[in-house]
Amino acid sequence: MTLPGLLPELEVIRKDFPILERTLAGGVPLVYLDSANTSQKPQCVIDAMVDHLERHNANVARAMHQLGAESSEAFENARDVVARFIGAPSRDEVVFTKNASEALNLVANTLAWATGDLAIGAGDEVVVTEMEHHSNIVPWQLLTERKGATLRWFGLTESGELDLADIDSLITERTKVVSLTWVSNMLGTINPVAEIARRAHEVGAIVVVDASQAAPQLPVDVTAVDADVLVFTGHKVVGPTGIGVLWGKRSLLEQLPPFLGGGEMIETVRMERSTYAGIPHKFEAGTPPIVEAVGLGAALEYLAAVGMENIHRHEQAITAYALEGLATIPGLRVLGPLDVTRRGGAVAFEMDGVHPHDIAQVLDSRGVAVRAGHHCAKPAHARFGVQSSTRMSSYLYTTPAEIDALVEGLEHTRAYFKVG
Amino acid sequence: MNAELDSLYQEIILDHYKNPHHAGLREPYEAEVHHVNPTCGDEVTLRVHIADGTVADVSYDAVGCSISQASASVLTDLVIGKPVAEAMSVHEEFLTLMQGKGTVEPDEDVLEDGIAFAGVAKFPARVKCALLSWMAWKDATARSLEETR
Repeated sequence: MTLPGLLPELEVIRKDFPILERTLAGGVPLVYLDSANTSQKPQCVIDAMVDHLERHNANVARAMHQLGAESSEAFENARDVVARFIGAPSRDEVVFTKNASEALNLVANTLAWATGDLAIGAGDEVVVTEMEHHSNIVPWQLLTERKGATLRWFGLTESGELDLADIDSLITERTKVVSLTWVSNMLGTINPVAEIARRAHEVGAIVVVDASQAAPQLPVDVTAVDADVLVFTGHKVVGPTGIGVLWGKRSLLEQLPPFLGGGEMIETVRMERSTYAGIPHKFEAGTPPIVEAVGLGAALEYLAAVGMENIHRHEQAITAYALEGLATIPGLRVLGPLDVTRRGGAVAFEMDGVHPHDIAQVLDSRGVAVRAGHHCAKPAHARFGVQSSTRMSSYLYTTPAEIDALVEGLEHTRAYFKVG
Repeated sequence: MNAELDSLYQEIILDHYKNPHHAGLREPYEAEVHHVNPTCGDEVTLRVHIADGTVADVSYDAVGCSISQASASVLTDLVIGKPVAEAMSVHEEFLTLMQGKGTVEPDEDVLEDGIAFAGVAKFPARVKCALLSWMAWKDATARSLEETR
């Protein structure tokens, strides 16, 4: 079957992802609906990493031989690809980290150590939202606890959107940082980041955007979003694990103190004290994840070739079809917006009479991979009075037939647990 | 493909899930603990009452999947009324079964309905679900004994 908005070459795209060919216990085909957790990898990413390890492996920026030059070039080329992918004004503003969590911790920690204008102390406030992933809550709790500052947050409306009614009492002259997710990993909600950034900038606050769920499915332009910092992780954008991206405005990154000390982040070292390298290297101590960066570069080139607008349209078409299918299951409640234009491709739900673990287990026996639990968003679950939920998440390789398999699996689950 | 699933979801487990025994929080008790499974968010609040060296009551309020709920129910059936030392040895036996990766043959004389969890041991992701209330009980019992010493 076909739907308006689906990627026209869907079958070709699926062939790019070798894992989609495999079968699971009992010979059932894999129906992978856990891409918000981690995405699958196309052959070109796997090949780029293998090729690098087979033919170009050497340390970067330190090796004075031909392989060192090739490896450095591949690594720095990945930085150029990232910069293009997110519309960064300068490649030097792109810092490689281990993942999005490390990127957020880098910002929160260096702010804790910052002096002058950036220093945070008693009376200052950091604003987050109730729909954040734990990785965009805990670092800010640690920062505010350590500095005697106050953590505040946007609540959520019943439909799973940010409650902006009290934006003017939340974002005030005391606000030093506003850190929020662009797309919720649980509710799927797409937040009006540019609007919130505008308000935050009026009071001189720094705006940090967690794009971990946005970068895979929306065209990203850091300037249009008006962020000061934007982070995402490699493994959700068809790249490998072990690499994340921190983009920050040059003026901010230059003003922040270093994060980790070590090799390659220095200008010169004497026993008494050291001076530091310029950005981005100031924040990249030690041997970086080289082959992971190469893989990430290949991944973003792949997504760019398919086209982020096209991927976004595909996600919307699949999500709309999934919402329609889920609505046919008695006792099933979707957590988050039902309007497909206001949400991403992660759809969390609960089903009367069956716990999410049990749903995921029965689906798994049919080859359907979903996530069950709190998805590292316990406060968002608590807001809706649920302990945990089941989450299906699609991506550019997801077909309507896979959504059908999910819906049939859920009907089977109800029958298995004798519900209804 | 349901055979594999049926080995996990034994009828006994589903029965305990639908009609849990000894559920709810009761007085008296010497210790109350709250345990969570951080990976999935399942939670149990569990109270233990020890009298004259015997497990006089175990009461609980649990939120979680069928495996964790049924396991709490079976736990209370097995330990209530037993001398603490004997209940602890049942706990050991259940732990061994759950950590045996499906290779341990359960002793029905000791574990009664608990043998239904033998299939769970083959699903590493679910072992923690089955053990949640058992770990809470051990913790609460140790605290109860401290209280009454």
